[in-house]
Amino acid sequence: MNIVACVKRVPVTEATPKIAADGKSVDASGVEYMLSFYDDLAIEEAIRTKEKLGGEVTVLTLGPSEASKELRDALAKGADKAVILKDANFGARDARATAKALAKKLQELNARVVFMGRVATDRDNAAVGAYVATLLGWSCVTDVVKLELAADTGKACRETEDGVETVEFSLPAVITCDKGLNEPRYSNLKGIMAAKKKSVDEVAFEDVANQQAVAKLEPPPARKEGRVVGQGAAAVPALIDALRNEAKVL
Amino acid sequence: MSTYRPLDYMMLDDQFSEDERMVRDAVRQWVTERYLPLAMEHFEAGTFPMEFVPEIAELGMFGPTTPTEYGGAGLNNVAYGLICQELERGDSGLRSFVSVQGSLVMYPIYAYGSEEQRRKWLPLLASGKAIGCFGLTEPDFGSNPGGMLTTAKKVGNEWVINGRKMWITNGTVSDVAVVWARTEQGVRGFLVEKDRPGFSAPEQKHKFSLRASVTSELVLEDVKVPDANRLPKGEGLKAPLGCLTQARYGIAWGGVGAALACFDEALNYAKQRIVFDKPLAGFQIPQKKFADMATQITLAQLLALRLGRLKDEGKFTPAQVSLAKRNNVAIALDVARTCRDLLGANGISLEYQVGRHMCNLESVITYEGTHDIHTLAIGQEVTGLAAFR
Ligand SMILES: Cc1cc2nc3c(=O)[nH]c(=O)nc-3n(C[C@H](O)[C@H](O)[C@H](O)COP(=O)(O)OP(=O)(O)OC[C@H]3O[C@@H](n4cnc5c(N)ncnc54)[C@H](O)[C@@H]3O)c2cc1C
Ligand SMILES: Cc1cc2nc3c(=O)[nH]c(=O)nc-3n(C[C@H](O)[C@H](O)[C@H](O)COP(=O)(O)OP(=O)(O)OC[C@H]3O[C@@H](n4cnc5c(N)ncnc54)[C@H](O)[C@@H]3O)c2cc1C
Repeated sequence: MNIVACVKRVPVTEATPKIAADGKSVDASGVEYMLSFYDDLAIEEAIRTKEKLGGEVTVLTLGPSEASKELRDALAKGADKAVILKDANFGARDARATAKALAKKLQELNARVVFMGRVATDRDNAAVGAYVATLLGWSCVTDVVKLELAADTGKACRETEDGVETVEFSLPAVITCDKGLNEPRYSNLKGIMAAKKKSVDEVAFEDVANQQAVAKLEPPPARKEGRVVGQGAAAVPALIDALRNEAKVL
Repeated sequence: MSTYRPLDYMMLDDQFSEDERMVRDAVRQWVTERYLPLAMEHFEAGTFPMEFVPEIAELGMFGPTTPTEYGGAGLNNVAYGLICQELERGDSGLRSFVSVQGSLVMYPIYAYGSEEQRRKWLPLLASGKAIGCFGLTEPDFGSNPGGMLTTAKKVGNEWVINGRKMWITNGTVSDVAVVWARTEQGVRGFLVEKDRPGFSAPEQKHKFSLRASVTSELVLEDVKVPDANRLPKGEGLKAPLGCLTQARYGIAWGGVGAALACFDEALNYAKQRIVFDKPLAGFQIPQKKFADMATQITLAQLLALRLGRLKDEGKFTPAQVSLAKRNNVAIALDVARTCRDLLGANGISLEYQVGRHMCNLESVITYEGTHDIHTLAIGQEVTGLAAFR
């Protein structure tokens, strides 16, 4: 089975993005990167699927050459090959452009099951998984916390606010992974050595015209300064009053 | 705890290959996520977290330079050094556990053992299914192991071993001990399984250093082992000393790790701690300390790296290892003490790492050749004159 994990390189979660001088992009200087949190789950699930059902795992990213660092980690964990759809400007791509590029590559790879993160932690769109499945006409199961896959079908649990929903679907499918689905493994040292022999291919990304363009970026409004209403138990009435009448949260 | 950002003043990151960096980062992540949350607890309780042994093995950290056909990962020596650095950033006890298993147990079996001994023990030790220890030091002979009193006498096709070993890391938790004993032909190494009659390994308690590591006495009273348990290719005192050269190499990197951990913690602390209305880091006295420590750590990093490259080229000498072990552990201890002080009263709390590292490094500066014994080794290398006795 051809298994693909689609992953994205994003700024580390603790980074506070600075807006660049042009007022519509993020200043990339000094920013450190990581794999989006949920994408680690996607890689782990892809490797587990291979371990259970056999086949080959490809990790695919739309991003800069530097993403080979994160892809090498995936290869060390057990993925078989990696592909970068090279795009220096990946941060500015909209969901449609990203999904079109990924879907085309997934067809070339003859993918049968595709894992993605629930959402990329940089832009919080949560759109690409569903978009790719729609473009390909495949099943799409989002926010999966439990998964059983067979050669042609699958059963997945998704957590919603009202409870757990179990769905059955057929392959090919795009599955987006949520926290709780698995516990990603560490790359082990033998895997790191073995990864040296695996390939990271770079393929030019064809620009899609007519995509959204960011017109302006603004930081969130600064938080209002806090206020100490008093000390100890004596302050409780004043606190309740402030929460009720000023903040209006009670 | 804030994100760990180890000092890299001279951009040494560039000097490592991609796989060396990946090895380092994988171990660093494991230490951060798995080991550190429990470090204080185990140090306080005086226990080694045995529950981590399968994980350490799964990551491939036991004897990682051993060829893959014997269960190792076939890493180069720089990558192994980086593993030691990252483990000791966690705790010297953790690095000691891995050093003993790899450099002092797997190495002699690989270097001096028979093919049967290699096939039997190396995969078991690499996978953590067996734990080993290295028994050289005795109550009366530490710096001068050549004076050892432990003996092995050949009776028929068996050896009868008698003696006592002290300060043996992992003794109590070991399945097999590499015991060095005097024979009529000179010093020889023996593999002694824990269930041999006459063998016991009581734990040594009440340590204030290397508390998260098991230290033991080995008692050998008429312990019989077959000749097949003798390490056939290790002859004379140079055999155990050859193991120590391997372990000391790792310690030279380990010292860097402990120093980096203390430096990072103290730097974060000093930037946040307000004294006399401004951050502690903004005063001249702390700045002098940070400048001195940054310089010392950078020099230690350069030494470790050069030593590792020499080792990978098959060119390094025991005298070079002496210099790196001596310097890097000494600066680590110095850095730990300085950082401890920078944290004020918090520095004596185990909620912070500096005090734990400081206490641990008192062992590290003593074992594997004391600081002064390495002084004499370097002195001999430089002058050509031995001043040991
Ligand atoms: C926590 C811990 C774990 C250990 N684990 C192991 C282990 O796994 N296996 C093992 O075999 N050993 C182990 N050791 C033992 C360690 O290697 C010895 O403690 C070390 O070699 C020093 O020996 P000693 O304690 O007998 O000190 P001594 O040799 O008595 O030295 C005491 C002092 O005298 C100095 N000195 C000695 N000779 C001279 C000289 N000629 N000139 C000037 N100064 C001198 C030393 O530098 C030191 O300052 C461990 C020790 C510790 C603390
Ligand atoms: C076991 C123990 C028992 C104690 N018992 C008592 C007690 O009974 N009663 C009591 O009142 N207190 C007690 N203390 C507190 C002790 O007096 C303080 O820890 C001490 O005054 C240092 O203060 P601090 O810990 O806040 O460190 P800080 O003041 O934060 O100092 C941290 C570091 O910054 C340095 N530093 C501070 N200011 C400057 C500056 N301007 N320029 C350069 N360097 C500076 C310090 O030298 C130190 O290295 C105790 C402490 C301990 C550890």
